[in-house]
Amino acid sequence: MAKTLTQEFTKGLWEEIAPFRLVLGLCPVLGVTTTMENGIGMGLATTFVLVCSNILIASLRNIIPSKVRIACFIIIIATFVVVTELLMQAYAYPLFLKLGVFIPLIVVNCIVLGRAEAFASKNNIILSIADGLGIGIGFTLSLATLGAIREILGTGKFFGAAVFGPSYEPFTFMVQAPGAFVCLGLMLCLMNLVGSK
Amino acid sequence: MITMVVVLTVLSTISGGLLSGLKNATASKIEVQQLKFVKGPAIKTILEGVTNDPIADRFAIKDDHTERKFFVGKFDGKANTVVLESSGKGYGGDVGLMVAVNMQNNQIVGVGVTTHSETPGLGARAKDDPAFVSQFKGMPINETFKVTNDGGKVNAMSGATITSRAVCAAASDAGRIYGKLKPQLEEKLKTFNK
Repeated sequence: MAKTLTQEFTKGLWEEIAPFRLVLGLCPVLGVTTTMENGIGMGLATTFVLVCSNILIASLRNIIPSKVRIACFIIIIATFVVVTELLMQAYAYPLFLKLGVFIPLIVVNCIVLGRAEAFASKNNIILSIADGLGIGIGFTLSLATLGAIREILGTGKFFGAAVFGPSYEPFTFMVQAPGAFVCLGLMLCLMNLVGSK
Repeated sequence: MITMVVVLTVLSTISGGLLSGLKNATASKIEVQQLKFVKGPAIKTILEGVTNDPIADRFAIKDDHTERKFFVGKFDGKANTVVLESSGKGYGGDVGLMVAVNMQNNQIVGVGVTTHSETPGLGARAKDDPAFVSQFKGMPINETFKVTNDGGKVNAMSGATITSRAVCAAASDAGRIYGKLKPQLEEKLKTFNK
């Protein structure tokens, strides 16, 4: 039974939200989410790559020979990643400085290759766009949420403005790497709790 | 078999062409951004107490086939310092260096690392830790810079000898450019002193 367009879009926002439900793409999830701004930037960059590569792979799905499909997917994905990197350097340089090495690493983000292999290579363009957008926005939301929690607790600030007043002692553990794991674990727990009811 | 080769070749060709086109199209834009966010702050740090805006007062000289950019620093109202760019091969690629030279006594006013892809915590300290680059302050520019291990005067950063060598090589290269273009640089500086 074919799923509808809306279903393909919304599954990425809750049922299959990549970092929490599938526990995929954790490298940027843990690495860049020290602030909400970084999280959103990384999420949007990944969404762009995801949607573009989904479109191209879906439209070429009958041409690409199945034996070399992974190589073809990687070429397509890598191309869009470099496009993103160059555009970010040209128009959002401070963000590029912060995200640095994580932008080229989108090439090996398993969410992107996963959607190409599992979805775009088997479905038409319209459905692939919906799938890419849904998964991408879900990924962005996850990064933004994690970034917001870590930024607020870890630095006591939100977008540079103090939230708790001067008496707040920043919980710096949260902006360090172990804090990212703990925070991710707690969010997974919370989502499973909500989902199980 | 043939289709596999054809598809892969065509895909790579299109991808390569597209990316080189985009790189050319964004090159000038990226350069402006780098000036604003990386090179600008580096120049301001090495030219402490400068009275003009070195980013605005910049000019270019054609050296053989490459166009080199220079930034002018004014102290006490006199344009007597030029900043030149050079680079050396580091551990993870080119290490970009800004070298400010006082044109009256040919001494280095300061150097600063700009773009690099060195290891964080090791080579990257060349940019973050002022102790290493401050050694160049006051040295004559026409020297060949070397780290102490290679018989020179510059103390290498511990654990980052290759990066230290890259910075020395870049500084030596800056000296070479400076020596070669000095007459033209002096000519240009006069126009800023009017």
